[in-house]
Amino acid sequence: MISFQKRAGTSKGRAWTRQFISIIVALLTCAAVIALLGYNPLEVYRQIFAGSLGSLYSFKEMILTMIPLSLLSLGVIFCLRIQFVNIGAEGQFYAGALAASYLALRHPDMSAAGLLPLMFAASIAGGGLWCAIPALLKLKLDVNETLVTLMMNYIIIKIIAWLQFGPWKDPTIKGYPVMPAFSDSAILPSVLGIHSGWVIALALFAAAVIVLGRTRFGYQLAVMGSSPQTARYAGFKTGLLLMAATAIGGGFCGVAGFIQASAIENSLTYQMSNGWGFTAIAVAWLAGLRPAQALLVSALFAILLQGCAYIQISLGIPFFMSNIIQGIILFFVLGSDVFTNYRLVIRRTKDTQNALSERGGK
Amino acid sequence: MDELAYVELKGIVKTFGALRANDGVDFRVNRGEIHALLGENGSGKTTLMNILTGLYRQDAGDVFVDGRRVFFRTPKDAIDSGIGMIHQHANLVDALSVEENIAAGTERTFWIDKKKLRVRISEIAESYRMLARPAAKIYSLSVGEKQAVEILKAFYRGVTTLVLDEPTSVLTPSEADALFLNLRRMRECGHAIVLITHKLNEVFDISDRVTVLRKGNSIFTSPIGATNRTELTEKMVGRAISLNIPRTAAPPARETSRPPLLDICEIVAGDGRGRFLDRVSLQVESGEIHGIAGVAGSGQRELCDAIAGLTLVTSGSVRLNGRDIRGMGPGRQRAYGVKIGYVPEDRMEMGLAGDMSISGNVMLRDFLTGLTGSNGPGKIFFNADEADALADRIIKKYDISAPGPAEPVKNLSGGNIQKVLLGREIERRPDLLITAYPVRGLDIGASTYIFELLNREKENGVGILFIGEDLDILLGLCDRVSVMRSHKLVATLDARTAAKTEIGALMAGHSGAPAL
Repeated sequence: MISFQKRAGTSKGRAWTRQFISIIVALLTCAAVIALLGYNPLEVYRQIFAGSLGSLYSFKEMILTMIPLSLLSLGVIFCLRIQFVNIGAEGQFYAGALAASYLALRHPDMSAAGLLPLMFAASIAGGGLWCAIPALLKLKLDVNETLVTLMMNYIIIKIIAWLQFGPWKDPTIKGYPVMPAFSDSAILPSVLGIHSGWVIALALFAAAVIVLGRTRFGYQLAVMGSSPQTARYAGFKTGLLLMAATAIGGGFCGVAGFIQASAIENSLTYQMSNGWGFTAIAVAWLAGLRPAQALLVSALFAILLQGCAYIQISLGIPFFMSNIIQGIILFFVLGSDVFTNYRLVIRRTKDTQNALSERGGK
Repeated sequence: MDELAYVELKGIVKTFGALRANDGVDFRVNRGEIHALLGENGSGKTTLMNILTGLYRQDAGDVFVDGRRVFFRTPKDAIDSGIGMIHQHANLVDALSVEENIAAGTERTFWIDKKKLRVRISEIAESYRMLARPAAKIYSLSVGEKQAVEILKAFYRGVTTLVLDEPTSVLTPSEADALFLNLRRMRECGHAIVLITHKLNEVFDISDRVTVLRKGNSIFTSPIGATNRTELTEKMVGRAISLNIPRTAAPPARETSRPPLLDICEIVAGDGRGRFLDRVSLQVESGEIHGIAGVAGSGQRELCDAIAGLTLVTSGSVRLNGRDIRGMGPGRQRAYGVKIGYVPEDRMEMGLAGDMSISGNVMLRDFLTGLTGSNGPGKIFFNADEADALADRIIKKYDISAPGPAEPVKNLSGGNIQKVLLGREIERRPDLLITAYPVRGLDIGASTYIFELLNREKENGVGILFIGEDLDILLGLCDRVSVMRSHKLVATLDARTAAKTEIGALMAGHSGAPAL
């Protein structure tokens, strides 16, 4: 018979070993799948790394994926930390992008020094608002946030699609539904060869680490996440904390949208998130809801995404391979969590077998 | 012991992490026998019975029914072997009727033949001379009636060995009597009954044999006639101890010009669904331990929450040192210098943040105003060094066994968790200390330590409100005891002169006693 026994205590070392082993096992399982599809697993893995880290160009491309992904995961972390299940990072990304784009399209003649900070602030407000609405519904009417944050995604995406096909369509481009391109002053300048979004992301990560780990606000969030009743017992203003944390979380997602619209698309489209808002949830979980680890995990996921885009071209393997690998890694890493606290015990007793068969034959 | 045991457990071992809850336990029960399983909290009684009824799987050891070795993977396997368990709290669906609850999960057909079902239920009820109202909805039943439904359900499923886990802890004395009458009839029908308890009088009232567990070992089995209270107590705790809890002197009488420390007058609390507190009045003096007795769920928790500002009080007044604190939440109480310490009933649910460190937990109440007063409000950052220092101090002063202030509270043992919470609340130098079931789940050593702490605070002039369940403790420790029944406070007695029977009667609602 197989059963789980609780371990005596937990240790950090064991947690790391477990994570490492589970990633190895996941990669081996992926290798089996790749082999089944008729490719050489080693070659595929080599190409994935070559495609994401092999040249300066591919490294840059990887960073461009990592920037929005890491910011989105940071936004998700702020919400999940207080047990607010936010699966609306995707929508908050677009809400932030929409708010920033409104300013960019409305004031193309402003100077970059004036316009970019405004767009940045607007994206925080837009993303924050999009996340605060479900939070308010949860607070006042006890509506399940998982459903509402999910549905808010579709609303904002459809709003942007409507704007793109209707009121905000670029009249100078006949027949093709796109919004006008941003003016130069609405486009983030580049720093060290990559658009300055990475500077913004790093600054926000540093701020998040300090806010969560050192401030009274972060402390209250930690208590609330661990035990909402205890937060009430201590007299925390739990409603206010919920609204603040979700608005900040949504704000981070909004900034990701602003960066993507400004630096990459140079415009706004309803198809620019690549599903990162959902991938970010996986990143947040794998990182154990810790910002520093989230940076690391989003780098890994960016390598994977970029590498799989590359093997699509170099080896002709469908891009969906990256989804399979992501799924398998998630399955093993999160699934192995049980081994941190439990130990698998396999006992074989003849009598047990007999008893079972006796009972079965009755 | 020559007869063939009906149900036998041999060498049962079950570990939870470092804890060996069962360490080679042997236990046997015969047909037509009521067998008491006695032991302190944490001695492994419930673990053992959870193994017998298929809720847990043992790490080692065997279970035999009628001499045949069996292996239970689920409670259903156990029920198929005729073993069922009645838990302290009924697992019934409130919105369904008695018969629907009994049929739920047992009938394998899609349609339930209600007529046949009802006949079956009445037959079973009749054979044990139990009362049955098959059509009654569960929510309309009392706790005792719900328990009876659980028992009926077990028999409907063909159970012949019934395990009851502290069945009287949620019952009034009269309901407990009715239960015992039923148990005797079941014994006459040849059923085996295991009664988990830590109440000695129940053991002598009803059981035929008794087994004592201590620290996960079965250390003593005897026919009830061949033993006595002293011996059983000794076996339970491992040494002969007097159940006398040291009670320090009563506080000196208050000058009449001064208001009582806590003065609650006719408070009502509740929402649309019902009243949680029904015109409760209570006074607690400085330097007094004031006990609250009552069947679980009589409004004790709501009373504590009302004083701590966690429940909305809709009418009446709550005064501390003469000052009206009604409607003040914990945040405002702190801001206005109202010093109330509160050790809630379920420590991990409310009071502590289990995932967080000891430091993170001890700073909980005062991180805004500063732990030492040096760190005024309005600052953005909290003072981690101060929190660590306070945690270190509490760990040393209250003799908490923990690797250090950074250890997450959930990794500590029950007694140490309670010490973190009590230590934090006492170190805030409260005027009033509310403790709800502070020794629940703690062993005798830890309990004694908690009582000493409370007595020390009493001598320092702190007024203590002590919500308890064990009448011996309430009468031994407290200066006065108030009794709550169905959300009312029905009487206040002098604990030095009150008799257990008197309090029992008040809890059950038999007779009134003059208020003190």
